Amino acid sequence: VTRPRAPLALVAPAVAAVALVLLPLAYLLIRTIGGGTDALRVLERSGTLELVLRTGLLVAAVVAGACAVGLPLAWLVTRTDLPGRRTFGVLAPLPLVIPSYVAALALLGAFGPRGLVQRVLEAPFGVERLPEIYGFFGAWLALTLSTYPYVFLLAAATLRSLDPTLEEAARGLGHGRWAVFRRVTLPTLRPSLAAASLLVALYALSDFGAVSLMQYDALTRSIYLQYRSLFDRTPAAVLALVLVALTIALLVLEARTRRGASVRAGIRPAARAPLGRWRYPALAFCVAAVGLFLAVPLVVLVYWSARALPLGHGISFAWEPALSSVLVSAIAAAVAVLAVLPVAFTARRHKSAWTAWLERLAYTGNALPGIVIALSLVFFAANYAGFVYQTLALLVFAYVVRFFPQALAPVGAALESVNPRLEEAARGLGRGPLAVLATVTGPLISPGLLAGAALVFLNAMKELPATLLLRPIGFETLATEIWRYTALGSYSRAAPPALLLILVSAPFVYVLATRRGSTAASPG
Amino acid sequence: VGKLVVLGTAIALAAAACGGNGDGASGDPLTVYSGREQELVEPLLNRFEQETGIELEVRYGDSAELAATIAEEGDNSPADVFFAQDPGSLGAVEQAGHLAVLPDSIVNRVDARFRDPDRHWVGTSGRVRVVAYNTDELSADELPDSVLDYADPGWKGKIGFPPTNASFQAFVSAMILELGEERTRDWLERIKANEPKLYERNSQVLEAVAAGEVEVGFVNHYYLFLLKEEQPDAPVANDYLPGEDPGALVSVAGAGVIDGTDQEDEARQFVEFLLSDAGQRFYVDQAEEAEYPLVAGIEPKAGLPPLSELQGPQLELDDLGPQLERTLELLNEVGFTT
Repeated sequence: VTRPRAPLALVAPAVAAVALVLLPLAYLLIRTIGGGTDALRVLERSGTLELVLRTGLLVAAVVAGACAVGLPLAWLVTRTDLPGRRTFGVLAPLPLVIPSYVAALALLGAFGPRGLVQRVLEAPFGVERLPEIYGFFGAWLALTLSTYPYVFLLAAATLRSLDPTLEEAARGLGHGRWAVFRRVTLPTLRPSLAAASLLVALYALSDFGAVSLMQYDALTRSIYLQYRSLFDRTPAAVLALVLVALTIALLVLEARTRRGASVRAGIRPAARAPLGRWRYPALAFCVAAVGLFLAVPLVVLVYWSARALPLGHGISFAWEPALSSVLVSAIAAAVAVLAVLPVAFTARRHKSAWTAWLERLAYTGNALPGIVIALSLVFFAANYAGFVYQTLALLVFAYVVRFFPQALAPVGAALESVNPRLEEAARGLGRGPLAVLATVTGPLISPGLLAGAALVFLNAMKELPATLLLRPIGFETLATEIWRYTALGSYSRAAPPALLLILVSAPFVYVLATRRGSTAASPG
Repeated sequence: VGKLVVLGTAIALAAAACGGNGDGASGDPLTVYSGREQELVEPLLNRFEQETGIELEVRYGDSAELAATIAEEGDNSPADVFFAQDPGSLGAVEQAGHLAVLPDSIVNRVDARFRDPDRHWVGTSGRVRVVAYNTDELSADELPDSVLDYADPGWKGKIGFPPTNASFQAFVSAMILELGEERTRDWLERIKANEPKLYERNSQVLEAVAAGEVEVGFVNHYYLFLLKEEQPDAPVANDYLPGEDPGALVSVAGAGVIDGTDQEDEARQFVEFLLSDAGQRFYVDQAEEAEYPLVAGIEPKAGLPPLSELQGPQLELDDLGPQLERTLELLNEVGFTT
């Protein structure tokens, strides 16, 4: 199908949005070029290749872990007669709201040496040491906790809306249940799994909290160390560009995975598969996953909060920072969804090689750690836009830049699932483009808009590095409250704001978890 | 979608409105970038406001990240004062040319070893490198007199420290300046052979010592007091190393005035206050974490050995910064960091 060229009124805002998202990249290039030949030396260091390999290994393992946890959970909750499936459907994605630095601290509190678990096991079983959690394993565990909800949410949304007739036909042709899953269901899930894996991989690439607390040397940790110890911004910029290169490799890989896949939404829900004798093993799997990734961190946080009581400083909840967090995150979510719309329309309604790359470019900064994005905006705003520097507007802008793909992915996917013929028919009946958007496309893609807004909101709620440097002075969020106390090792005072963050964010995850989703969610 | 557009416009206007205030008001507040934790210094800063009537706006953050921020802001930095955790961050801002020279009357309040010889920054409180040890596992007389002796194989599996922490790296830099690179490398390699446990933060090292996960930890002295706030019965104590041992480095948190500030008088007043009797007594009477006052005649909190008894390596704190690159390479080569 040939499509008309994209109108300028659409392309201009799309290009402008992507250009703004690429500001951190421009900053990195300025710093790298400014560093001259020093920049090349960083690449030649033997440690750099090792860092890339270690980072790649972690990212691959986290993607595998997130799929191994998220996909079975999604299938069990949406397509089987699992007991308590509604409850699991709500609980399973909740770890999404736990910031990874909190997740890492809580996992250390539980499974670290002399942590809660070991102390519980010590008396009855004489357990003196648990397996080592520091290093690769701990970083993998904490990041899997933070990311499997992406796989769960996208896979569950697809499974809910999948046309059941194909699977029924395959059953009718004599295939067993496993064969149907492998040969019919899984291929239709491929686009959403690829999209979820991309978001998971970018999250794992950019995360600093988990890898630093678990003492695993990854690229982000190295970038932070360069900033923290050497005050030389060139090596950090070069390493950050290496992250960007890895991101581009991932984008190409993801586009290949998706090629040729198409998914059709069903008109009626699929029948639930009876689990039979697998009922209890399946239930045990769900309990174990939700227990490990949700209950354990919550128990640790409650335990830390309670530790404050005998110390006499009580448990106080920071309601004002909570309100600030919600406010600024909600604004960022709304702005992000508006900003991704022209990009999504350009790429999905006027498909060509360059529009596909426009959409992909919007993802390239997503693997950058928060400190890089923060310092790049410090540089541009302080020197070229002083009137916005350290205002709420800049903080919102930083969130939009940092979490642009989180909004773009679901909105793009939602657009993909709406047949353009519907829009063409409405145009043919004499409606203008904006009227079509408001009355036809808008309502149809509203689940995608909602999902994008919710993802940006949740990520903005837990964002720390950019918040610290760019917020207006005195503007406290829940994330800065948590930081304020964890920096001192005062977990009894860091835990209540962390619990509050989870509590306030949870309803938004509920919105995400219950949507009947669109299918493919990815660039290209 | 229509609603979204309306909402977005409203929000943009609201955000613009929020952005508009703050500047231009009469009697501009003094802007402090503080790498020192809010929990620790807020009462001190409140007191400054009360005593001088000068309003403060304080941006709290990590010292090194704030130093990088000042460097990126260049001549457009809103900061008037930089109040930092360590000489390294102050030195970096100084090197980038963003710190003004302080008057003698201010910097002379502290001993020459606690300030920048070029008067760009001055130490405001002292912190001492110690060996924190688990009192259930060890008694004070089992501990060696030099940090060098922890390279002994008898300490295998018993040591913890944070290799990426600025204070730890300053200690290694001091060792290089004192003993030379070869002996430092040798020590690091033998420590490495002792299979130490590595942590991200000093507070985590203290917790590990308290839990018996390791028996000794290389940290700053005041983390003990923070831990005791949280776990009053924790079996941990500090061992202060005698003499000029590199493991006994005395370092400072300090402050400097940002070059080009339009409120130089107020900014100087701020640094002056930090070194006034009231500002120094804060570390004795109020602070949770028991740092050392640096002005002569003010004794530290009970239970701390007096500063005059602590020597540590005799060097300029300002020389530690330039050494850092070599230190990081060394830590990297030995395999403590990547």
